Order: sequence, then C-alpha cells, then structure tokens
Amino acid sequence: MSKPSALFGHVVRLMKQNLSFQNRSDVSIVLCGQAGMGIQTVERFLTQIFKLCGYHVFATKEYMSRIRGGVNSTSIRVSSKAVRALIDRIDILILLDKGAIPHVRRRISSKTVILAETAALGDDFDRSQYNCIDVPFTKIAIDIGDKIYSNIVAVGAIAGLFGIELQAINEYIKQYFSAKSPDIVQKNVQAAKAGHELGSNLVGSGKVAFLISPDSRVKDEILLSGAEAVGLGAIAGGCDFISAYPMSPSTPVLVFLAQHAKEFGMIAEQAEDEIAAMNMAVGAWYAGARAMVSTSGGGFALMVEGLSLSAMLEIPIVVHLAQRPGPATGLPTRTEQADLELALYAGHGEFPRIILAPGTIEEAFYLTSTAFNLADKYQVPVFVLTDQYLIDSYYNVAPFDLSGVKVDRHIVRTQEDYQRYELTPDGVSPRGIPGYGKGLVVVDSDEHDTHGHITEDLDLRVKMVDKRLRKMESFKKETIEPELIGPDDYKTLVICWGSSYHAVVEAVRNLARDDVAILHFKQVHPLAEKTAAYLQKARRTVIVEGNATGQLAKQIKLYTGIDIHDRILKYSGLSFAVEEVADRLAGLLD
Amino acid sequence: MDTQVFDMGGIDIAWCPGCGNFGILNALKKALAELEIEPTNLVLVSGIGQAAKAPHYFRTNVFNGLHGRALPPATAIKASNPSLMVIAESGDGDMYGEGGNHFLHTIRRNPDITNIVHNNMVYGLTKGQASPTSLRGFRTPVQVAGVFLEPFNPLAVAIALDASFVARAYSGDMQQTKEILKKAITHKGYALVDVLHPCVSYNKLSTYQWFREHTYYLDDSHDPRDRNEAFKKATETEKLPLGVFYISPERATFEENTGIYKENRQPLYARKVDMGRLAGLIEKFRT
Repeated sequence: MSKPSALFGHVVRLMKQNLSFQNRSDVSIVLCGQAGMGIQTVERFLTQIFKLCGYHVFATKEYMSRIRGGVNSTSIRVSSKAVRALIDRIDILILLDKGAIPHVRRRISSKTVILAETAALGDDFDRSQYNCIDVPFTKIAIDIGDKIYSNIVAVGAIAGLFGIELQAINEYIKQYFSAKSPDIVQKNVQAAKAGHELGSNLVGSGKVAFLISPDSRVKDEILLSGAEAVGLGAIAGGCDFISAYPMSPSTPVLVFLAQHAKEFGMIAEQAEDEIAAMNMAVGAWYAGARAMVSTSGGGFALMVEGLSLSAMLEIPIVVHLAQRPGPATGLPTRTEQADLELALYAGHGEFPRIILAPGTIEEAFYLTSTAFNLADKYQVPVFVLTDQYLIDSYYNVAPFDLSGVKVDRHIVRTQEDYQRYELTPDGVSPRGIPGYGKGLVVVDSDEHDTHGHITEDLDLRVKMVDKRLRKMESFKKETIEPELIGPDDYKTLVICWGSSYHAVVEAVRNLARDDVAILHFKQVHPLAEKTAAYLQKARRTVIVEGNATGQLAKQIKLYTGIDIHDRILKYSGLSFAVEEVADRLAGLLD
Repeated sequence: MDTQVFDMGGIDIAWCPGCGNFGILNALKKALAELEIEPTNLVLVSGIGQAAKAPHYFRTNVFNGLHGRALPPATAIKASNPSLMVIAESGDGDMYGEGGNHFLHTIRRNPDITNIVHNNMVYGLTKGQASPTSLRGFRTPVQVAGVFLEPFNPLAVAIALDASFVARAYSGDMQQTKEILKKAITHKGYALVDVLHPCVSYNKLSTYQWFREHTYYLDDSHDPRDRNEAFKKATETEKLPLGVFYISPERATFEENTGIYKENRQPLYARKVDMGRLAGLIEKFRT
C-alpha cells in the first residue's frame, strides 16, 4: 500500500491544478476491468450507496460478449441534480486491469484523475499528460486474501473520495453478501475499509471538495434499471405468463420476472427455442392468460412465424424486443436502434400492430403496462421496443404511480352460439376463451369463417382481411402522442425516439438555444396524426437515430410525405453520449 | 355420453375416402364420449397437415396453429387453465419433423396433455414426400432413389426421455385404439399415442394389409413399468408392437411445477394482479 504521505502529495498537486471536476455539481466516474472482475458489482454498489446518501445517480455499462477477460467498463454519474444520460467526459477513471487505456483514451483529458496501479496504465502511456495516482488495488486485495477483492477496494476508494461514511458501505456489504460466509463478508469489509482510507487520504483534511450536495427528494425515489422497469411494467400490466429463450440484451427481463413469478402467480418458462416461446405465449393468451415474450433480434426472427399466427388468430401478444446490433449475431452485448423496421414488417401477410418505444425508465414501466391493455383490447401484437442501453442503464426516478394503472381484461363469457370472428364495425370481435361460458372457441391459422373453422370462401376471405385491418383505424384513436420538449415557437425541431431521449434532451439543453425544440416519439407505429403538423412548423428538422439508415425518418416520410433535413445517426454499437449529440447538432445549426 | 356431441354435422371432410384418419377421429370421439368429457371443457390443438385438420371435424374448442407447433400452445393452454382437457393431435411430419424440438422438450416438461400422432409414414397434404418415419427404400417424387435416412423412432425416443406415458395404436382397429386413447387421456402427465395408419393415396408400401401383417399387440406379460423392456419393444422393427409400452413412475406435471396452483386453483384469467404486493416490490427499489 502506498504511504498516506505520498498520496497526500498527489492531493496537493491536484489542488494546485484547480481541477475542474472539483467544481462540478456532476461528476463522471468510469471503472474499467476485465469481465469477471466484478465491475457490475461495483456499479451496483456505488449506485446504491450514492443513492442512499441522497445523490442523483446514473449508471450504464458497456461490455464484451465474454465471461472472463477483455475490457468492460461502467460509467457512473453522481450529481446534485437529476442525471440520466451517458456523457463522454471522465472525471475519475479507475483502472483495475491493464489494457483499458486504449478503450477510454478518447474520453480522458488532462483533467481526468486516473486511479490505477502503474502496471495497469501500459508501457506506451505518457503519465505526464494526465493526473495519475498510483493505487495498488491488486496488492491491497491480495494482502486481504485474494485479488478478487480489488473491486471492493475501488468501491471504498470512491466512497472515500466523496466523503461517504464507511459505515454506510459496511451495511451495504453485509446486506449484499448476506448469503456468503462471514469470512467473505469480513474480507469485503476490510477491502472497503482499505479503499476508503485511501480515498479519504486523497481528499486530505476536507480540502478537496466536490460541490455535490445531496437532494432530500432522492431518498424517496427508486433506483432501478430499464430491465427492471420493463419487468415491473409487465406485472402492472397483468402479465402472468412469460416465455422466453435467453438472449442478450433481453435476458435481464426474463430473469427479473422469473425471480418474482411465484409471488405474483406468474408462469415463467424458459422455452427450448424462441419458436416455442412465441407459440406458448399465443396459446396462453388463447386460454385467458396475459403473456409476453422477451427477446432480441435473432431470437425475434425465430418468433416471426408465431407473430403472424397471433395476427391470424387475432390473439393478443406482447413482444419485448431489446435491440442489439445485427445482422445475424452482430454485437451481442451492444446497443442499436435498428430493429424498428424488423418489428414493423415482421410476419407474412398483412396485419396491423402497435410499436411502443420507451425512452426513459418511467416510460419503460408505464408503456409496458399499457402494452398489455392495448393488445387485449384490439387483439393485435404490441411491441415494447427497447435496446441494450436502456435495459442496462440505471437511475433514480420518482416511485411509479399505480393509481392510474389498471388491468383491462377484454374477455367475454361465451353463449352457445358464440362466433369467435364475428364481423364487427371496429374489426374487434368479442374474445371468448375455452371453458368460460357455454360456447366453443375455435381459432385457426388458416383463413377461417366467423366460427373459426377453415374456409376457402374467397368473398369471406376479403371480409376477414378487411376486418383485421380495420382494427388499425380503431387503435389509431389511442395513439400515444409524441412529447414536445422546448419552446412552442421553435425554428429547429430535433426528433428522436426510444432510448436516445435523455442524451438528446441534455445535449439540446447544453446548447442553450431558444429556437430549438425536441419531439420525442414513444409510439413509433402507427405515428400520431399530429406528426406532420409538428414537422411543418419547423424551418429545419434533424433526426437522431441509433441506426445507419434513419428508420424512423423513413416512416415519417412514408406517413407524412415530409423529408427530414438532417440525420444524426450512430451505429458503432455504443449509445449516444450527450457531448456527441451536442457537437453534431451544433455543427448543423451554425 | 353419445359421440354425437362431438359431431360437427353437414361438413365437407377433406380426407380421401378410406383414409386412416377417419378411424382415429371416430376412436377419439368414442373415447371422449365414454369418458364423459364435455366439448366445452376440451381443447384440441393441432398443427398443419391432413391429420391436423381433425379438430375441424370435432365440435369442441379448437386451436389449429402452425405446422410443427402444436405442443407449445397445448402446454401453455393447460398451464394457463389446468381444468381444461388438452389434446395435441397432428401428423408424423408435424410432430416429429417440423416440431421435433418441441416433441423432445415437451416430454421433458411433462404437461398433463395427450399427444396423438397420426403416423402414416408419408406427407399427405404436400402430396407424397417422405416423412421422418418413412421406411428405408420408400420411393417418392423427392426421395427418388428411395429413403436412405434411418426412420425416426418416436417411441424409443420418448422412452429414452422417460416420457410419462408411451403407447402405439393402429387406426385399422378402432376398438383397441379407443381403449389405448382412454388410457392415455386419463393418465396424469404427458401421454404419447403414436397411431399407425395407412395413407391410401401416397403410401403404397405401408397399406392396410401391410399393417395387419406387421403389427401385433403386447400381451399381459409386458410390464409397462419396465423401462428397459419397453425400450426393447420400441426398437422391434420386424413386427411393430401395439399397446401401452411404458408408464414412468409418477412425477409432477408442468402445471404443478409452476407452483402457482398450490394455494390457488383458479385459472390465470380469473386472477387479479396483487397491486399492493407490486407497490411493495417497487418500494424495495428505494434502498
């Protein structure tokens, strides 16, 4: 362990340089290490501890598709105000392993404080350009018993830097490792203590101060990930059947629901493949359950046949589709917004559908719950289109309000002469289920008559197609409006959808212009009627999308006839950072 | 109960005259009538193919889904409302070919459903190609040199997977087929009944006469609790045994294993979300 006096020397140097991060109300911390080093544990720990101390917190991770090795990182923002987007800037960088510098080089500057052991920096790294503080994470951990504890040393060090009391960390460690042996708990406590001492010494006698003050409201807020919000939303929507096949980045939703299945009377089944998962979900709805499938690109590709089945049977279905870059296996653990067209055009034959795209953790909850009611009411597929970035990001939000949440079931008790596909003006036939009433419920993937039996009556075929498509006109009336953020008399309109919401909002706020507004779409199909009016009001339109071809821009053109002037696209596998959106927007607006 | 409760009446049946499917249809109606199963409490689930049309000739609840996909929805229907009687019925191409993966895993899952497979060793609806169970040497417009793949042995596979109930019947013998179906339907857990039957249009190899000459019934000396013996019987090819091959030691069904019916027998549709509990769960994210 380095001598405290040597560390204190570093602190004095830092103070002399008057580091800008000290004056920030918003500090960005990044931890890098190999897969398997417990980076996710650090993320969980720090976000929870910061939140418990009343700080606003945001965290997101980017990781490689492997169990051990490579370079993974987690980005954590701590602030006195709400923070909800990824930023490129790094104020404090903690390297737990070598080889990470190239991974973050574009994000660090001379103002970044780097805590690392010398070996982790690599030979070709010019230390003199940066504020490097030698912290022997591995050695401290080995002295305690195993290098595995180095992540908790890092947790302690960061807590120390922020003046968080050791007691708070110890309590959390005991809770987090409650299932482990007392020895393991004790060693983690020791690791945290050693790290904390280090961090506290760095701060010295309170002379390096972060101007981050706790916000009393944070205490009452909840801290959760996008995946947990989708899972909770599903429960609130009355989901009682989840069938899925594990696939990144959708898996955390399946895991969350499986863990809470029993207490909510839910069936959670890991199917043999996505084909089975989808067909099970359709069968479950047929028998009166409210089922969801959760998957990602390639898995959804296998579900497409079953999606078409749900459309023909007019059985509701909720599809949680967490996007990742494709084609094929693509980048399994990365993010993209490139499956809008997949969701939109999936399935043979012509049938209507609804696609919701939450941009925030709140929307992930409320829209997922709404998806079940829409699916049930109109007997159509409803998508909840998320992505790796939203699923794996955390921040604190106001607790979800359940007062407006209700489960609308649209099941009828059948009479003896029941006809499952009765032709109706709005296209929706009252939905009976087997064993509830005196009628029989017949559904068929073939074209069918009003009773559900196979038919080749071609006049009836036309009536059935028209009936199914009429539902689109019916549910259009319930389209979720896009949200306008900014002045009503905007000259420039920045359009976004899904998870890029917070990066765009923060970027536009940073530009501080009174003529720019944002239009955020949380329903991307069908588009709201007002879309054209919003666009026509702008002198200039810019769309921000996490894909290579501007998929929403194409839909807007198709439904409004309006060309979007400029497109800010990204498809590297990483999500938009605030600075990047701001820079690219500024470049267009000047 | 009269079998007429299951009759559709006045319908055009798409099967060829003399098709073995008629024998299975009638045997199943009789079995269900004798077991006093109400049409409103029964769901017939099928895939696609000539056999998969059977539910349309039945007055009951029907889920006629996709080719190869009868078992996943059948499992889910039973799990969503265990009070329903669920029968998944389709052909050999559907269940053993397109749906092969579901066949394997449904056996492992062990829902309390009956799986009837019309096995005529040929694809009828697509006009005469080989099926997974076609015998070696069987010539078709596609398998022009004759089938050279090893025929799929559904019974041996099912017994290898320790399926809950495994039987084989022959549609030419309606009385025995009905009895075997009754045993399968009343069995608790997954029950497979592979029903051999001739295809009068496309299988000139396995005809009524061929089946008469190449089948025999297991007698009382066969102990269906003896898995090794059952497996041995399932691998016989000279003459195909008929009857109940195997019954596994009783184990929990899929529905039971979900754990959600232990304290509450209500089907999913009759339940309400416990919003108080949900509020409690949300509350946990505060700390």
